[in-house]
Amino acid sequence: MTQHGTRETTLYTPYHPRWYRARVSTYWWLRKWYYLKFVLRELSSIFVAYFVVITLLQIRSLSRGPETYARFEERMRNPLIIALNAISLLFVLFHTITWFNLAPRAMVVRLGGKRVPDTLIAGSNYVAWLAISAAVAWFILR
Amino acid sequence: MAADARKKLLEPFFWTLFSAGGVVAALLMPVHIFLFGLAFPLSWLRNPSHTNALALIEHPLVRIYLFVFCSLPLFHWAHRFRYTLYDGLQIKHLNEVITVFCYGGAIFGTALAGYLLLTIP
Repeated sequence: MTQHGTRETTLYTPYHPRWYRARVSTYWWLRKWYYLKFVLRELSSIFVAYFVVITLLQIRSLSRGPETYARFEERMRNPLIIALNAISLLFVLFHTITWFNLAPRAMVVRLGGKRVPDTLIAGSNYVAWLAISAAVAWFILR
Repeated sequence: MAADARKKLLEPFFWTLFSAGGVVAALLMPVHIFLFGLAFPLSWLRNPSHTNALALIEHPLVRIYLFVFCSLPLFHWAHRFRYTLYDGLQIKHLNEVITVFCYGGAIFGTALAGYLLLTIP
């Protein structure tokens, strides 16, 4: 229990009041779209971790030989896994978009004494994203 | 007191890892999930053969890339998941267990990634 604000004004009494604290429901984040967006963004991290696990399994089966790798590819064709991957992609895209849109607030860039507009900072993030994605795809597909 | 000082020291460290992992996940994860999670299993695109994939992963730069790709996003997950349970679901009495589970998981995953990438034949 907090003692804030009572230290210099009052001495302890057995009748010290209990501070009023409104109960917050466990489902507070369902009340507003803004709150729900926040929780969905946080939940995207679960799908990020999920795909890291998939990547680790892929590296392991790749180094164990062609048969093991074929078995990995077969498992990835399971409709449940594909559905999970589709959901993961949506969540991770949500993470990407919210992350880039927050970037202008996290870093304020000044050029010649003027603040670089937010859209330019977010925009350059998107351009970098497309360029890097294309480069990664080229390496994998070539 | 000592625990408090340690917490003050560790918090910005983990936050930096969270932030770096957020950037890596935002930039690299969508294309990986699209290719390996959807395009190859659904035969939209031809998947690389085992020989080609192994040749790619044998390059030291690709291994470093994959290490970063696996490690930093796990720390990103650890930080976010921890606060989702804390604020979102208000599981506060298990705070210590959750912290150990999240960061422990990220450290374990990082070690596993390092081991797997170093032991490729």
